[in-house]
Amino acid sequence: MVDLSALRSKNRLYYVLLAAGGLVALGGMYAVHMMESHGHIISGMNNQIVWGIPHVFAIFLIVAASGVLNVASIGSVFGKAVYKARAPLASLLSVAMLSGGLAVLMLDLGRPDRIMVAATNYNITSVFAWNIVLYSGMFSLVVIYLWTMMERRMNPFNKAAGLAVFVWRFVLTTGTGLIFAFLTARQAYGSALLPPMFIVLSFAWGLAVFHVVQRVIYAWNEKSLDPAIQQRTRNLLGVFVIGSLYMVATYHMTNLYFAHKSGFENFILVSGGIYPNLFWWGYIVLGNLLPLLLIYTPGLGKTKCVVAASSLVILGAFALLYVFIIGGQAYPLNIFPGYEVSSSFGDGQIASYQPSLYEFLLGFGGLAIAFIITTVSVRVLNFMPQDKPYIAD
Amino acid sequence: MKLLVSLLLCLCIPAAWAAETSAPKLDIGMGGKCVKDAQWMRKNHMHLLKHQRDETVRKGIRSDQDSLKNCVECHASTKDGSVIARDDSFCVGCHRYAAVHIDCFECHASKRKAALVKKEAP
Amino acid sequence: MSDLNPQRRSFLKTTLGAAAVAIAPGMLLIDMAHGKAEAASGKVRWGMLIDTAQCKEGCTDCVNACNKENGLSGGTKATDPQWIRKIAIKDVSTGRVQSLPMMCQHCEQPPCVDVCPTQASFKRADGIVLVDRHRCIGCRYCMMACPYKARSFVHEPLENQNPDVPRGKGTVEACNLCVGRIDNGQTTACAEACPNKAILFGDLNDMNSEIAIKIRSVASAQVRADLQLNTGIRYQGL
Repeated sequence: MVDLSALRSKNRLYYVLLAAGGLVALGGMYAVHMMESHGHIISGMNNQIVWGIPHVFAIFLIVAASGVLNVASIGSVFGKAVYKARAPLASLLSVAMLSGGLAVLMLDLGRPDRIMVAATNYNITSVFAWNIVLYSGMFSLVVIYLWTMMERRMNPFNKAAGLAVFVWRFVLTTGTGLIFAFLTARQAYGSALLPPMFIVLSFAWGLAVFHVVQRVIYAWNEKSLDPAIQQRTRNLLGVFVIGSLYMVATYHMTNLYFAHKSGFENFILVSGGIYPNLFWWGYIVLGNLLPLLLIYTPGLGKTKCVVAASSLVILGAFALLYVFIIGGQAYPLNIFPGYEVSSSFGDGQIASYQPSLYEFLLGFGGLAIAFIITTVSVRVLNFMPQDKPYIAD
Repeated sequence: MKLLVSLLLCLCIPAAWAAETSAPKLDIGMGGKCVKDAQWMRKNHMHLLKHQRDETVRKGIRSDQDSLKNCVECHASTKDGSVIARDDSFCVGCHRYAAVHIDCFECHASKRKAALVKKEAP
Repeated sequence: MSDLNPQRRSFLKTTLGAAAVAIAPGMLLIDMAHGKAEAASGKVRWGMLIDTAQCKEGCTDCVNACNKENGLSGGTKATDPQWIRKIAIKDVSTGRVQSLPMMCQHCEQPPCVDVCPTQASFKRADGIVLVDRHRCIGCRYCMMACPYKARSFVHEPLENQNPDVPRGKGTVEACNLCVGRIDNGQTTACAEACPNKAILFGDLNDMNSEIAIKIRSVASAQVRADLQLNTGIRYQGL
């Protein structure tokens, strides 16, 4: 006998959740409307900090959208059954986060109404323009990939689609890293290390998001994850976190070695106020050390610990992106090397940035879009991982 | 079929009636002889403007004849010197009637130069 | 709908036609004589030579002239556009202090043009780097890419712009080397305003121009020459 009242209350909870997501998305729309009518003056961004909180959210979503596909790739490209069963959910999350991230990125433009211009006037030397192709291509490829998994007649194309997605997402994250890698003049950016760094970061962030969502879906359906699978994916997260820590450390080490970049590193790592705090406490301690402790300490590493570790990794991601994007712009551009400079335009000064509520509304609106796409899809289609009782690999 | 035709015709009556009463009466400013006849301009002014804008901005070809500035010089209202200030202003009157959004004046001056200078003087 | 359009047209025709007939006599006809019909030439490279020894500390005449010419507010909040600014520089090792104006350097290899996704940032045939605001979507990538921080974003809606210098909210802008004045055969507003004649404007490609002769005879430098952008703005005495 099914307990109907429990089912009903759960149904209600679902719609409440959906409404909450819708409300947050609506808040984002409101922020867009306000920024459209008043201009970016109501944001905290200015002529020194030209990219702010919306870009932190957008880049997190886009990088994580690429990284979460790792779960699918291990399944379809490397043939691991445990991961293959999770490929549909991973693909869904990818599409959802890509949509959210792109929405934030586009709606933050000064003239979002002109977005069609980006398609009709294409500049082949612009990495932004490449990314427009990369993002839309990724979107359609993942949808096709999902189709080959969920439609039996399309199954034969699954392997090919999986391979295409695998290649495409590497190129895509490279493109995201290149946005910064091509900025030669800025001390914070202009490093060939950035694309690989973003790729490894995407692995950790994507898997962390996957862990959290998977846990929620299992709990909702009152199922428990096979401990063996839990342990495997948990260990993978640990490896990815260590990998990303290594990349970030290498990036800062190389900067420290170049004399002309040591001033910037001193700012970001020691003297820059909020930025070193966010970096050491937010990213290193909360985003890396604590998760690693939760994952690898003997006796820990159960479901709750994995979810906690994953949430912390996500939190750390935001801290790192804030330091990287905003801290990188706050440090003054070195126009006259060897000179002390001052002007009415903030030359030689640390730029100040006070993010406004509207920016957060827009950023959370992007998260809400990803949330809505995920919850609705999980409800109407079967994205629940179907594990076989015996795992061969 | 007959029913459909008659229904459509019935629908046309209020539409036509509405069209006649609310058709815009424009303040055409100084007016005078335009670069082409009025009917042609009504239909094609945007093509002229767009062509001219690309030629001027990207190549530096500045023939004044088809420039937006020149349009404003003649057609800005003789009362307030603007092409968008009132409901019957030259650009707004028609564009509102045709429900076409004008983007030009977010960047371009909507007043003739003389009107702007006069405003600054006192 | 088909019988609506002709009605509307004929109505417009009669009303507007009548109005035109009533007003036309005595009104001035369009003057077609002025305006420049030929395109900017690729043989020319406009540039400026700035003599820092002649640039007075604390003098902002060039900045004021630029603001007036281009209709900028002159505000210096972090959200206010500044096309040209005075920078005071002090050599850390020697303590030598100098003052100079900084603006778009009109590079031959402009990073802003490379990164612009819509080709809104572009270099005109005569070397002037411009923003086509009809195409600018306001992504601000050019501001990230510019090594001179020469670009500003318009954060607020604008009104009563100079008819010769259209500019508006949500797009990026920078020094345009007074392109409208140049096309009229004039010099830039900042060069004209400088009381010490510290700014020399001219064609870098014309061997006989004042600027080309001076660049051949005195030591001049490009800012961030290490980036090899080949700037159109040169500094003397830096």
